Amino acid sequence: MTKKVLIADDEPNIVTSLQFLMERNGYEVRVARSGDEALEQVGTFLPDLVLLDVMMPAKNGYEVCQKIKENEAWAKIKVIMLTAKGRDTEVSKGIALGADAYTSKPFSTKELVTKVRELLGE
Amino acid sequence: MLQGWVIVLVAAAYLGLLFAVAYYADKRADAGRSIIANPYIYALSLAVYATSWTFYGSVGRAAADGVGFLPIYIGPTLGVVLWWLVLRKIIRISKVNRITSIADFVGARYGKSQILGGLVTVIAIIGITPYISLQLKAAATSFNILLSYPVLSVPPPAASIPILRDTAFYVAMSLAAFTILFGTRHLDAAERHEGMVAAIAFESLVKLVAFLAVGAFVTWGIYSGFGDITRKAAEVPKMAALFTPFSGAGPTYASWIGLTVLSMLAVMVLPRQFQVAVVENVNENHLKKAIWLFPVYMLAINLFVLPIAFGGLLHFASGQVDADTFVLALPMAEKQELLTLLVFIGGLSAAAGMVVVETIALSTMVCNDLVMPLVLRIKALRLAERQDLSGLLLTIRRGAIVLILLLGYLYFRFAGEAYALVSIGLISFAAVAQFAPALFGGLYWRDATRQGAMWGLSLGFIVWAYTLMLPAIVRSGWLPASILSDGPLGIALLRPSQLFGLTGLDQITHALIWSMMANIGAYLLVSMMTRPSVIEQAQASRFVDAFKLTGVHGAAPLWRGSASLAELKGLVSRFLGPVRAKEVFATLATERDLHSVNDLEVDADLVHAVERQLAGTIGAASARIMVSSVVKEEVVGIDDVMGMLDEASQAIAYSHELEEKSRELVAATRELQAANERLKELDRMKDDFVSMVSHELRTPLTSIRAFSEILQENPDLDPAERQRFLGIIIKESERLTRLINQVLDLAKIESGRAEWHVGVVDLVQLLRNAADTTASIFQETGVELVLELPEHPLAVTADEDRLTQVAINLLSNAVKFSPTHTGRVTVNLREEGRAARVDVCDNGPGVKAADRELIFEKFRQAGDNMTGKPHGTGLGLPISRQIMTHLGGHLWVSDAAKGGAMFSFTLPLADASNLAAKEWPHDQESAHC
Amino acid sequence: MRNASKTTILIALFLLGTVLFNYPLLSLFNLPSTLFGVPVLYVYMFSAWAVLIAMLVYTFEHH
Repeated sequence: MTKKVLIADDEPNIVTSLQFLMERNGYEVRVARSGDEALEQVGTFLPDLVLLDVMMPAKNGYEVCQKIKENEAWAKIKVIMLTAKGRDTEVSKGIALGADAYTSKPFSTKELVTKVRELLGE
Repeated sequence: MLQGWVIVLVAAAYLGLLFAVAYYADKRADAGRSIIANPYIYALSLAVYATSWTFYGSVGRAAADGVGFLPIYIGPTLGVVLWWLVLRKIIRISKVNRITSIADFVGARYGKSQILGGLVTVIAIIGITPYISLQLKAAATSFNILLSYPVLSVPPPAASIPILRDTAFYVAMSLAAFTILFGTRHLDAAERHEGMVAAIAFESLVKLVAFLAVGAFVTWGIYSGFGDITRKAAEVPKMAALFTPFSGAGPTYASWIGLTVLSMLAVMVLPRQFQVAVVENVNENHLKKAIWLFPVYMLAINLFVLPIAFGGLLHFASGQVDADTFVLALPMAEKQELLTLLVFIGGLSAAAGMVVVETIALSTMVCNDLVMPLVLRIKALRLAERQDLSGLLLTIRRGAIVLILLLGYLYFRFAGEAYALVSIGLISFAAVAQFAPALFGGLYWRDATRQGAMWGLSLGFIVWAYTLMLPAIVRSGWLPASILSDGPLGIALLRPSQLFGLTGLDQITHALIWSMMANIGAYLLVSMMTRPSVIEQAQASRFVDAFKLTGVHGAAPLWRGSASLAELKGLVSRFLGPVRAKEVFATLATERDLHSVNDLEVDADLVHAVERQLAGTIGAASARIMVSSVVKEEVVGIDDVMGMLDEASQAIAYSHELEEKSRELVAATRELQAANERLKELDRMKDDFVSMVSHELRTPLTSIRAFSEILQENPDLDPAERQRFLGIIIKESERLTRLINQVLDLAKIESGRAEWHVGVVDLVQLLRNAADTTASIFQETGVELVLELPEHPLAVTADEDRLTQVAINLLSNAVKFSPTHTGRVTVNLREEGRAARVDVCDNGPGVKAADRELIFEKFRQAGDNMTGKPHGTGLGLPISRQIMTHLGGHLWVSDAAKGGAMFSFTLPLADASNLAAKEWPHDQESAHC
Repeated sequence: MRNASKTTILIALFLLGTVLFNYPLLSLFNLPSTLFGVPVLYVYMFSAWAVLIAMLVYTFEHH
């Protein structure tokens, strides 16, 4: 069964690149351009994994992550946080909120793909 | 042989000899080879204590009450034991402070008090007058007795002889002349008289030799030794009674003790003893020898008193000869002409020695502590301005000498006959003993005050006058005898000789007890009740701590002020004469290791030294007045002085300072904290900025890296996609570059390091150029651009490049937020008052009122609530606003008339005529936006 | 001799002197008899005086 990945980011070019990478690796991809849209997609699309940007309009990544992890129905959804802010506090904050992994921008495409595969148990 | 002229000649010759000795000693002193600078001379000069009273009077006293003559010498012997402790301290103090007399000493101790010095002087003169009269009486009597040689006669009472035929008068006048010649030939700054001391030492030897000679003659010449005289005396009941004088014939134990104490004090406080022991002391180590030599002298001169007294009593029938003249009468009766003459010379010696030293000491006191302070205060005399006052000083002293001797003579004439020699002398002892509490108390009791000394001295003196002087006057017949027997106004309790019913004492002891009670009582009580002034405190510690202070300069006085060297020199030469003044200043310069007198610095030390020099001549109190007349003394306020003196107040001042400092410190800390807060705030802002920049840089980088890796790892991508990805990479690279440029640009503008080329710019042309530059974006997006510009140029003052940058930025923004294809951007330029106004309107969503200021902050883009992120760095508007502010204009956003946003800016207008000279470039390079 | 101890000696001598020349010691010698042909009181007075002086000489000259 094809795993589903939701990409939540407001930066179109980054979304384009992530979408290409995920599709290339055989995942089913949906895109959300804001926090609210991301939560909506989680409910309808029910992804196995979310690539979640921290800095987004209308609910930032932390809020989205928190919402996902609070919902028992969505508990199995893996979350990889993406952020352009490289501070240590951001990383620990994401992990504390239940994110499964944390990647800072700019990221290595190879490592990101590897991490996604790991989390999806492949 | 012993005719009158012979006696006069011998007497004159002897006085001439004394004068020669003095002259020689003075010459030696001037040559720097002092003959008095040895302890033996010092000890002999102290023997000026032995006067006619000793020479003639002791025998008289012994004939009346046996050992009664001895306390006068045993008292001093006991006192001398303590001299090393007490007198040495007085000497030290006097040397340091240039004390010239006991009046000066007491006055100086109690805050350089003139009144106290004057009081001591007055008491001394009144008190010493009987003592001087005693010397005149003895000298005149001995002369008169000698005149009648070989007939022994009792001279008639002086009062019955006209003054001009009275020997005593001539004695007084010759002694006055002798003293004037002797003691006031010149003025010495230290008030020291080397010649006088040498002569006194000489006369002490003469009187001792004369007395020992007559004693030996009586003991072994007339009789055959002590045993013979004693045996013969024992046979006469009246004389046998003198063997056990304490059994009734002689003094009581009380009067013995009283006289012992009195003499112990007198030997130090008598003006002449103070003169020789303290003022004339050359070296305080001379005390070591004098302390035992002086008692030896007193013992020696008393050895033959009893044999002579017994001899006289045995030799002459009762009442035939006054016992006071036995010393002279015995050799006369034995027809020993030479011995008689020697005795006469010895007696004259004793009298002259006393008179000379006493009157010199007293005249110094009169001049320094009585006359000068008064005269200097009388402004009308303008003395302070006189150039040379040394002549005046000498005149005052000479006058004082004559006056004192005249007083002594008058006392002798009107009261002297009633008493024996010793009794007269004791009256004086009791008077000067009044100085003792103030003098000795002042040496050890720091809290003694001027008021206390004043009251003690005054009351003691009044009681003395009442208990001793009044009876003397009564007995001379000048007042009714009933005062003595019944008391004044018949009040028995106030009888002068049995005051308050105190009986069983001799007159002197009685007076001593009451006067000392009053004196010491008032001194203690008033001192305890009054507060010493600042200068009293200062002087008190200089006196009490004399042994602790080292050297002359040890005690720097409380002085602040200014004076010129010339003024000080003038002052000293006025009193000491120019020659001595020159020497004084030369010495001062040498002491300070200076080559020239002119190098002397007028400081507190020098002023004090000058004051000391003057004090030596005119007394401490007068010197202080004179010095302060030249020295512009700052008033040393009580607060200042307390600050200087009182450690406690210093501590308080210090703690006040400390409090002030800590207050300042707290304030500084608060300021520092505030500054720190501001700094932290700035730091936080900088951190935020850096974080934002970092984020903005990472975003394009992320795309670039991602697509680069994708392209690398996927060589099989179809060309169209490859092309699209490369396009993204290029666009993001451009975005990155733009961002970097803008960050740097903003940093430059904010830090004020940006270069500005401000000139006159045609705004119409500038907007056209901007429109041209952005034309391609408008075409791409299909947004219509409408320019509403005036036809004539509109001059403003601006940096052309920067202003173009703002215009392009505003146009780009407008395009960005305008709907594709239906968008419409209007640029309107018009004059508004003295400014040019530009409006850039779009028909986009507009800017919410809440965001209107926010969008001008860094990295705050008004795109957060929009679908799709605008492509911008978030720095365009902040930079634009910075530029407009710098150019003196405004930039703001508002709602456009048809919805959408309207960005407006204004700029002050410039003179359009300046535009003509300027070449306007047509091709503008694309500005980054 | 050190100054301090000299002070002590002098004060002691002073006290000795006041005792020697005072009641009641004086009363012991207030006798009608003679010694060496001189009334006892006078012999005592001059002897005590001489002794005191001798002690002073000792104090100041010996050290």
